[in-house]
Amino acid sequence: MANLKSRTPCGDLLPLEIGSARLEETDPGHLTVLSELGREGALAAALSQAHGLDWPRPGRATGKEGNRCLWFGHREVLLAGPAPDAALSEKGAVTDVTDGWASVILSGPGAEDVLARLIPVDLRRPAFKMGHSARSLLQHMPVSITRIGADRFLLLAFRSMATTLVHDLKQAMEVVATRA
Amino acid sequence: MRIDCPNCGTRDRREFYYQGAAVALERPAPDAGAEVWDAYLHLRENPAGRTRDLWQHDGGCGVWLVVTRDTATHEIFEVTRASDVAEGAR
Repeated sequence: MANLKSRTPCGDLLPLEIGSARLEETDPGHLTVLSELGREGALAAALSQAHGLDWPRPGRATGKEGNRCLWFGHREVLLAGPAPDAALSEKGAVTDVTDGWASVILSGPGAEDVLARLIPVDLRRPAFKMGHSARSLLQHMPVSITRIGADRFLLLAFRSMATTLVHDLKQAMEVVATRA
Repeated sequence: MRIDCPNCGTRDRREFYYQGAAVALERPAPDAGAEVWDAYLHLRENPAGRTRDLWQHDGGCGVWLVVTRDTATHEIFEVTRASDVAEGAR
């Protein structure tokens, strides 16, 4: 078998630095959707025991780089980083989605202004603090947005839409840079 | 128009998918008769005023919602998770 090179979702489209915003691709590790089945709290307890992570409330994220848990929708969270412990699948639904998502980090003083042009949610710091996480739309694309630093955002979009994600962000970055 | 999602907070209408009247929650019994089933499948009210619809927050958390709103003024009176409404009816 030939030795195949693996390609990241955004490939050589990134990194980009335009004005005061920087867009780069990130490798979040394993991505696993966790959902409670049956007894409430059982999967959360297993997650805490196996990975030392709290089950995030709606609109929040827990943990830090390399071992994160994002609230990912109605009764769903996303474990980002470690491969899920076998104990988790005894307590709930565990689905590997590692290859399904593109992950990028938008950072810099202009990051909030760029996102304000694309996402219909108030992501300014007073309303969207460190550890806040949201599901919304970037233009017409479903995304997950998490603030991971003072001016740093983790964005996840479907892998099949990675090129569009980069295109839309690039366009907004250019407009923000022009107006600065 | 903005809808107050119980999970996400107040969000823009563009994040929501509109399904239609919230009749799916009142499915008739299998032996209810042809007329009742015909009405369930095909007949809908078209009120100028208060209406009760099913919406999905598909551009957000994915939850199904029962939204009570006014078609004339766009005022929204109540937003409840469809799963809570279904459990309440049981």
